[in-house]
Amino acid sequence: MGIIKALKLCFEYQRYDDEGNIQDTQKAVDQVDLDIAPGQFIAILGHNGSGKSTLAKHMNALLLPTEGTIIIDGMDTKEEPELWKIRQKAGMVFQNPDNQIIGTVVEEDVGFGPENIGLPTEKIWKRVDESLQKTGMTAYRSHSPNKLSGGQKQRVAIAGVMAMRPSCIILDEPTAMLDPNGRVEVLKAVHDLNRLEGVTVILITHYMEEVTDADRVFVMDSGHIVMEGTPREIFSQVEKLKEYRLDVPQVTELAHELRLSGVDIPEGILTMEELAGALCQ
Amino acid sequence: MIRDITVGQYYPAESVLHGLDPRTKLFGVLVFIISVFVFRTFPGYLVATIFLVGMIALCKVPPSFIFRGLKPILFILALTMVFNVLLTPGEILWQWKFLRITREGLVLAAKMAIRLVYLVIGSSILTLTTTPNQLTSGMERAFRPLNRLHVPVHEVAMMMSIALRFIPILLEETDKIMKAQIARGADFETGNIIQKAKNMVPLLVPLFISAFRRANDLAMAMEARCYHGGDERTQMKPLVYSAKDRIAYLILLAYLAAAILFRITGW
Repeated sequence: MGIIKALKLCFEYQRYDDEGNIQDTQKAVDQVDLDIAPGQFIAILGHNGSGKSTLAKHMNALLLPTEGTIIIDGMDTKEEPELWKIRQKAGMVFQNPDNQIIGTVVEEDVGFGPENIGLPTEKIWKRVDESLQKTGMTAYRSHSPNKLSGGQKQRVAIAGVMAMRPSCIILDEPTAMLDPNGRVEVLKAVHDLNRLEGVTVILITHYMEEVTDADRVFVMDSGHIVMEGTPREIFSQVEKLKEYRLDVPQVTELAHELRLSGVDIPEGILTMEELAGALCQ
Repeated sequence: MIRDITVGQYYPAESVLHGLDPRTKLFGVLVFIISVFVFRTFPGYLVATIFLVGMIALCKVPPSFIFRGLKPILFILALTMVFNVLLTPGEILWQWKFLRITREGLVLAAKMAIRLVYLVIGSSILTLTTTPNQLTSGMERAFRPLNRLHVPVHEVAMMMSIALRFIPILLEETDKIMKAQIARGADFETGNIIQKAKNMVPLLVPLFISAFRRANDLAMAMEARCYHGGDERTQMKPLVYSAKDRIAYLILLAYLAAAILFRITGW
């Protein structure tokens, strides 16, 4: 049994006209089946409007499915009366670092989640210390978030989620607003959590380079999951990815072009070293 | 210039004032505000000044930082002073047509200025030494009895602390939008007041839209972090009075008593 399991999940956005009648409905997520094993690093790819963020919001019950079910750690989001129990298991980090930090001091922000689930004071402090350490933000604990860089703010947000000891974290384009340094910093923190703490990670992104280390990759297009597999399997289908308006990593693209022009190298090359190796043979 | 407002900006430091319980500090500001209005004479203001200077020395915030909070009220301050100086009847010191300056006017203007400046500095010290979260929990505790009257104390406190947290962010955003609009030919400098107010529209509309968007995002982020109102919520930094707070209360009460004494004896 996976930690996140979706069965024929559908979600419709409804648009209303001025009188409050339903004008039209738009399926943002359509018949999605998912099964994510604990401890995995999952990446979800898709261009803007493909439904990936909507799917992510189902994973911690911010949205409830119109049809179908999604089960998080054994709890059905439609049946559970106390949704915060699900949200504690599946934490979420959003795109804009400024809009998700509630505290004016780093440690107070990290403590916000544990306060909400009603932990006693000593336990909150223990968890705050722990998660600041895990994300490498201990040195900044008494700083104001406004004075941190984008990457650091995002790490604070991750620490805030970790303080609830979730079994999985969903990151909804966490690096979209960061500079390249911040991006590397956040991804490293996320990979460390996955590797060292065994937290299941679901990374939603449209940067292909961030996906190459994932265990499994899902590609979404207009509400459906259209491709699924290891990064190598996904990136060996360059033409198909382009159909879904996605780019492949530069190296993969180069290897693909070389292959098309007759160089004998395998499909699905992900790193520069690999390409160099293949070319030297 | 837009970032100069210090109200709502916490200044991290290790000082006696930073370490006090927020309820003590709230009470302190209340006492100070009352005292500023109770004192009516210059010896009285001297006492208030000594108190205020003592607080500034204790809080370890650079004074330039505290006084920066005065800039936004300079205009109001100047306006009150001018009106008080020119419109108070009394012993005439100088006259030119209908304009006249009276001794009483000067005294009143000085008193008004002292009051206004002290009010702003006093409350700035509170917000500079207290994180909005502490301030919230302080008010939440202080007003908890109102809960019985179905006043949503926790919700109001939470809204206040969030508003305070977003002030610097929104100010930064205002700056950004202003520059963006200036780059597109908007003019915020020239024209009369009505013209200027009209010119603010291209600044305010995007600012409001972005504020609503932020509010939406923040609400989602709070929900995602299990926020479900004040019930069953515990606190990371629960408020406990310490010996320091007891001493502070004694000092404050003594100060208040002095203020009342000054008033009664008419000093």
